[in-house]
Amino acid sequence: MGEILLILLLAVALAWPLGRYLAAVLKGTASRADAVFLPLESVIYGLLRVDPQRGMTWRGYASAFLASNLLLGVFAWLVFSFQDHLPLNPDGVPGMRWDLALHTAISFLTNTNQQHYSGQAQLSYFSQTVGIVSLQVLTPMMGLGLAAAVLRGLFGGRDAATAKEGQARDLGNYWVDVTRLSLRVFLPLSLLVALALTSQGVPSTFAGAQTVQTVDASSGVTEQTIPVGPVASMIATKQLGTNGGGWYGPNSAVPLENPTPLSNALQILCIVVLPIAVVFMLSPFTGRRRLTALVFGVMGTLSLISLAVSVYAEQQPNAAVAGLAAAGPNLEGKELRFGAESSALWAAVTTQTSNGSVDTMHDSLNPLAGTVTLVNMLINAIWGGIGCGLVGHLVFLLLSIFIAGLMIGRTPEVFGRKLETQEVRLLSFLIVLQSLTILGFTALALAIPDVAGTSNPGLHGIAQVFYEYTSAYANNGSGFEGLGDGTYWWNLSASAVLLLGRYPCLLIPLMVAGSLAQKRQAPETAGTLDIESVTFGATMIAVIVLITVLSYLPALVLGTVGEQLMQAG
Amino acid sequence: MTMTTSSRHGLKVHAARFTSQTLQEAVRDAFAKLAPRAAMKNPVMFVVLVGTLVTAGLAAQALATGKPWAYAFVVSLILFATVLFANFAEAVAEARGRGQAASLRAARSQLVGRRWRNGQYEYLPAAELRPDDIVVVSAGEQIPADGEIIEGLASINEAAVTGESAPVLREAGTDRSGVIAGTTVLSDEIKVRVTAQPGASFLDRMIALVEGAQRQKTPNELALTVMLAALTLVFLIVVVTLPPMANFAGVSIDVVVLIALLVCLIPTTIGGLLPAIGIAGMNRALEANVIAKSGKAVELAGDIDTLLLDKTGTITLGDRRATEFVAVGGARVPDLRIAALLASLADPTPEGKSIVALAQAQGAVAEDTAGSTFVPFSAETRMSGVDLADGRRVRKGARSSIAAWAQSRGTPLPGDLDAAVDRIARGGATPLVVATETRVLGVIALADIVKHGVRERFARLRAMGVRTVMITGDNPLTAAAIAAEAGVDDFLAEAKPEDKLARIRSEQAQGRLVAMVGDGTNDAPALAQADIGLAMNSGTQAAKEAGNMVDLDSDPTKLLSVVEIGKQLLITRGALTTFSLANDVSKYFAIIPAIFVAAIPGMAALDLMRLSGPVNAVLAALIFNALIIPALIPLALRGVSFRPGSAEALLRRNLLVFGVGGVLLPFVAIKLIDLLLAALFGAR
Repeated sequence: MGEILLILLLAVALAWPLGRYLAAVLKGTASRADAVFLPLESVIYGLLRVDPQRGMTWRGYASAFLASNLLLGVFAWLVFSFQDHLPLNPDGVPGMRWDLALHTAISFLTNTNQQHYSGQAQLSYFSQTVGIVSLQVLTPMMGLGLAAAVLRGLFGGRDAATAKEGQARDLGNYWVDVTRLSLRVFLPLSLLVALALTSQGVPSTFAGAQTVQTVDASSGVTEQTIPVGPVASMIATKQLGTNGGGWYGPNSAVPLENPTPLSNALQILCIVVLPIAVVFMLSPFTGRRRLTALVFGVMGTLSLISLAVSVYAEQQPNAAVAGLAAAGPNLEGKELRFGAESSALWAAVTTQTSNGSVDTMHDSLNPLAGTVTLVNMLINAIWGGIGCGLVGHLVFLLLSIFIAGLMIGRTPEVFGRKLETQEVRLLSFLIVLQSLTILGFTALALAIPDVAGTSNPGLHGIAQVFYEYTSAYANNGSGFEGLGDGTYWWNLSASAVLLLGRYPCLLIPLMVAGSLAQKRQAPETAGTLDIESVTFGATMIAVIVLITVLSYLPALVLGTVGEQLMQAG
Repeated sequence: MTMTTSSRHGLKVHAARFTSQTLQEAVRDAFAKLAPRAAMKNPVMFVVLVGTLVTAGLAAQALATGKPWAYAFVVSLILFATVLFANFAEAVAEARGRGQAASLRAARSQLVGRRWRNGQYEYLPAAELRPDDIVVVSAGEQIPADGEIIEGLASINEAAVTGESAPVLREAGTDRSGVIAGTTVLSDEIKVRVTAQPGASFLDRMIALVEGAQRQKTPNELALTVMLAALTLVFLIVVVTLPPMANFAGVSIDVVVLIALLVCLIPTTIGGLLPAIGIAGMNRALEANVIAKSGKAVELAGDIDTLLLDKTGTITLGDRRATEFVAVGGARVPDLRIAALLASLADPTPEGKSIVALAQAQGAVAEDTAGSTFVPFSAETRMSGVDLADGRRVRKGARSSIAAWAQSRGTPLPGDLDAAVDRIARGGATPLVVATETRVLGVIALADIVKHGVRERFARLRAMGVRTVMITGDNPLTAAAIAAEAGVDDFLAEAKPEDKLARIRSEQAQGRLVAMVGDGTNDAPALAQADIGLAMNSGTQAAKEAGNMVDLDSDPTKLLSVVEIGKQLLITRGALTTFSLANDVSKYFAIIPAIFVAAIPGMAALDLMRLSGPVNAVLAALIFNALIIPALIPLALRGVSFRPGSAEALLRRNLLVFGVGGVLLPFVAIKLIDLLLAALFGAR
């Protein structure tokens, strides 16, 4: 327990200054680091033929985002499909089948890192470093850039002081945001973490797989091939960027990815530090002093509740051994070196942050803890993925403002700008899209088990399928596993869900922000809803919980909740 | 059901009660609204209607094939009742409005006008009068059409429209020259220029309005409808995807139960009451004797940030009274009195009369004024006075206007003038300087009396976040004193009509929504520019056309009630939406275990209410869902009680009552209904 608290406190302590730094980078505040970064950045702007001074409207920002993603996606798909013809393939890994390559490309492009393959066996070093890692660096920073653009819009755009009512506003320059964030924030941090992980024994080499003699030949196995590679750098980006896609199939449960207790603690820290830093970025970036307090309060409360339930649940024995004399905590599917408590912590934070890396098998969690991971991903705005988590949170904020605004007798206003039918329609669309996608695909896959290839009967089978699509839509990427997911059905259906979970969820809020930005701004009075208050924070938590519970209670009851009840009964 | 209203005025006669006839009408309308075209307008209730038909079909099919049909039939009946209750809510609200319309229409019927053309009268029905026709109306006759008095003055009984039986004075060339069709002239004769097309008179529009003929969804209502439709869609998805999932676990779900679940989950409570809430908001405005030209205007009133109020008549009693004569520059007080008396003898304003009264009470006697000319007050010169037959001129007016007048004729200003003016002004009275063309004699103090209770009303407005700005022609010192006494937030002193418009524009440029009250023709541009322009019924036609609301009582403080009605309208919608969604939690806990408990016994743990059986559980949830609509009709019509306070206090209160209450209440209610069902039909 002490360990958990220490890691959380450390994360908050680090996130605070990091958040201020993020705000400075996004605002383009002059700093001493300019001497190093400015020349580098101008080279990049030159190559991209971008004028860094030029602002973009929401349309411009969205187009740039989509164009860059399309380009990167096609590039990644080509790399994975034809890696056997590309360099840095010492182990002679063959090219991926087109559908798996497609799923993998989309999965990493959407900052999800859902893996229907095992990296050590199915990807070359070139694919891992150039294909995977470059997406792991860029996609979280794209998400953060989008979040910054949304925030700028909610406050009237960068030209709020001069622009006229009804005029499309300047929400920033996409290329500049992503370039500055990647160079000044993500790469330096990744470098530090990669070095730290290397020091703990995570492989960092371009040499091919190592063949070694086993220590104990009595098992009949005398020789073992151990895949290695430039793992440390990937693990750093995987954890820092709410990516979650590991080098090895079993992810951070593998000693080569996560060799020591220290590396485990460091990785948990990396999972949460940037998502929390984004919250601390809010106030310095927007100039609204107590906004960070509101968002931190709401996210923190939900995070602690979810964490506590998860840890409590895993302290309970696995149902199969519950009646035995020394039942103990649930250790099935866990690395004994990490134990139940730390693994439960990881399971909770990796789903809260849309990271999705695992050091324990979620399939084997007690059903209550499994429910926690699912609910975390359905909400997907308790910290959430870098940038996209905040955007999701802002959607809940706007919906809460709409309800609360009516309840105080004023047309709902977001930072002084009226929330009207147009915006409510867009926000409502997002709520419908989520349930349609997750429930629709889950029902479809369960209706055609022969095509879909489900692996478990009954409630657990339902939970696996529901988890897979929830994780895909949340762009989380963790798996319940136990699902034979390398098939056409899973690759293609999950690809569709991944896309729906990323692009509409980022671009529709951007549209809303763009539309709000150009409205007349009313000053705040005593009659204005004070959103940075305990009452509103409680309203927001109620709205988040209510929307999630009402939309997904039946699906949860038919999955992990039902399992829990059956075990209890 | 008996409704009472708080209005002191005559309209309560029409609005107050549901006779058995209006109730019958509402019931009939509730059925008429089942027509597909009407039903489609409300997406939430449309889904319930479809559910009714499907379950009825299933019951019929089961009956035909000899299977048990009663369950489907009962569910179908409850769903049908749900739809009817929702339609009834809307019909009741409309019926109230129609009651008001009927009595208005009675006032309009059989009007005959005497048209004045080429020096001759011509009697013809009101419907044939056209704008710019001139009609003559004498004592005892009804005014045939909306118009403006162009000649004469008359006292008029407007009870037919306003419910107020005390006669009002209307006079040509003043800001009180507008007359309304259907009202009765009590004395004198007036010539009226018709301003309204037949069928488009004030009364006609009012009737159309209260009958809901022009009712369009307001912006917030539209936004809420969109959100409710989206939630309905979400629950449809939840219910449609449930059978394949359940099948995978080996549970098959009855279609009837699925439809029951769907209807329980979709926001039928707010969906059913939403139209009624909107209509009731308009009705409440009407009960306050305010006619809003659109529902949007009522809703917008709740968003007002700044109120511009004329000082006179709104903040202070209309009449200022002379209380003191202060002589300056060595002049004698009796001379000042005489001059003031002369300048005021022909002055018809209450202030003028009070000067005459004070001077006479202090012993001044007027000389013969035959042959003198009265110079009336004008907004431009801001002076009035008299030109006597012997050529002497006396003027009284604001210090600045008299100073300009005096200086233009080379008259010196006494050194102690400013001290006297300042002393009076600082005391909150208006200093009126009196001068002849040779000498400035002194100052009359006109005391303003702040109306009883306005201070408290402004404090309430401030608590709601509404700033009040007092507009006055007074000098800044007087204005500041009265502003402080009345407790307004800001004031605009020495204001000319165009200053109002400028002030509104500048407030709006800062993003504020502005409301103002006006009656004069020169208020029209400002009334049009303001987000809420409340025109006084006594005002000119131009003012009434420009504003988006008309107050039949011509009470400027009515704006406060309007703001509260607007807020109440939104709060009622928000509160019932929250309540409706919060209800879903308990309904889940009733129906989900009922669906699964047979196949998955562990689900019994979710049955928190320990209901008597799956069938009763579903029926109890459905019955609660249906009955809550009529139970909330009074609240929807009356509006959630509104206590002015900070936004946070309001939110906390409504969240507790309608959010937390909305979660808890159905647990109790469903349990009670279940007990009743079990007692009547046994545990099933």
